[in-house]
Amino acid sequence: MEGSTNSALTAFTTIFRRDIKLALRHRSELINPLAFFVIVVSLFPLGLSTDSRTLLQIAPAVLWISALLATMLSLESIFRSDYDDGSLEQLVLSEHPLSVIVLGKVAAHWCTTGLLLTLISPALAISLAFPPQNLGVLIWTLLLGTPTLSLIGSIGVALTVGLRRGGILLALLILPLYIPILIFGASAVDMSIDDLDVAGQLYLLAALLALSLTLAPFATSAALRVTLE
Amino acid sequence: MRIFQFFHRFASPREFFRIAGAMIPWFAAVTLVLLSVGLYLGLFVAPPDYQQGESYRIIFIHVPSAWMSLFVYMVMASAAAIGLIWRIKLAHVIAMSSAPIGASFTFLALVTGSLWGKPMWGAWWVWDARLTSELILLFLYLGVMALYAAFEERRTAQRAAGILAIVGVINVPIIHYSVMWWNTLHQGPTVTKFDAPSIHLSMLIPLLIMSVAFTLFYATVLLMRARWEVLEQEQRSKWVDEYLEQT
Repeated sequence: MEGSTNSALTAFTTIFRRDIKLALRHRSELINPLAFFVIVVSLFPLGLSTDSRTLLQIAPAVLWISALLATMLSLESIFRSDYDDGSLEQLVLSEHPLSVIVLGKVAAHWCTTGLLLTLISPALAISLAFPPQNLGVLIWTLLLGTPTLSLIGSIGVALTVGLRRGGILLALLILPLYIPILIFGASAVDMSIDDLDVAGQLYLLAALLALSLTLAPFATSAALRVTLE
Repeated sequence: MRIFQFFHRFASPREFFRIAGAMIPWFAAVTLVLLSVGLYLGLFVAPPDYQQGESYRIIFIHVPSAWMSLFVYMVMASAAAIGLIWRIKLAHVIAMSSAPIGASFTFLALVTGSLWGKPMWGAWWVWDARLTSELILLFLYLGVMALYAAFEERRTAQRAAGILAIVGVINVPIIHYSVMWWNTLHQGPTVTKFDAPSIHLSMLIPLLIMSVAFTLFYATVLLMRARWEVLEQEQRSKWVDEYLEQT
């Protein structure tokens, strides 16, 4: 029993390290979601107004929706290149549980997108006249919310990876599933500006993370088995 | 044991095609009778509401279609789960034939809700919690239908869209409560309060008749669509050739 737990853990860390290494070797792909995040956020002051009150009013929604879209556009990288060169099939055939392998890949994806988005979000928030003392709440919501986005997103990518033009379909599949996270994340940031208690939303985001962490890898591996058949 | 034998036989495409074909006229007839009775009682017999006047009568379409939109999603997800777990072809057919019907019910609930909203709230569309979660439900249906249409191979399409339907069914309550918590203007539930429904019996009876009629309508259309889908899926079998020669 202990042996199988150990081997699953080894599978997880091996996949995680491999994907991180691959991401680091493709620097430009690593930067792209971040650049997208920065550009989309800076479009709002350009299109709306530079008035700091207006900017502050839209800041939580803008930051959250941009982070969500940046994550969504980066999702393909979880399985796409592995699917193209055939290594995904080898991973599915391996002796280790597929859900553990999926979890390793999703964790690596989050570290190379969601985590980085969270790290640069304070700078963007400041540019939207966001009060510096409330940055903590923004970071917490993104830290709790973006892993859930990667986990739910992995189901969508697994379902569409076999299709040549999966991009817009992927958006149609997963954006409705992202709505609860957007609601709790953006409203927590919004309420923190008015100095209200946001513990409730943070707990709910954490609950959604726990739920998707336990269920999404199984759905993703089932989806991979179907599309790779 | 005999009931298992019945289901086993019913699940074979050929038997399903035959039995469903025999059932459709009966289902359609009962649907028609119940729809006319329900509409007559609802539109002519039930008294006008003391606050909303005559305009509340859209409830007899709006509420059953909203109920059906959720019910059909549940049927679709359960059928998909049955199909994936026990590898029953017919269950996948039922699930995928349900999706467009469910989407239509959702669309009907949205349109009637918007028509009702105009005199009641003074706007065609408000971001009310229940209307919004109905809209998101429509997106979920569209996702399942789009994924089903995207694959060339029918079996892969059925199974992939089935997984999405099951993922969606876990999300439906989460979406519902998150949206509910986010904003609400909608009038509270008037029928499902168990102790004493806050709706008068003369309005409740047509409402219940209408929802039974809608359920039977769904069953009728589902059987028709599933029959067509089975025929297409089994087009290489001998019995399909025989059937097509006869007609």
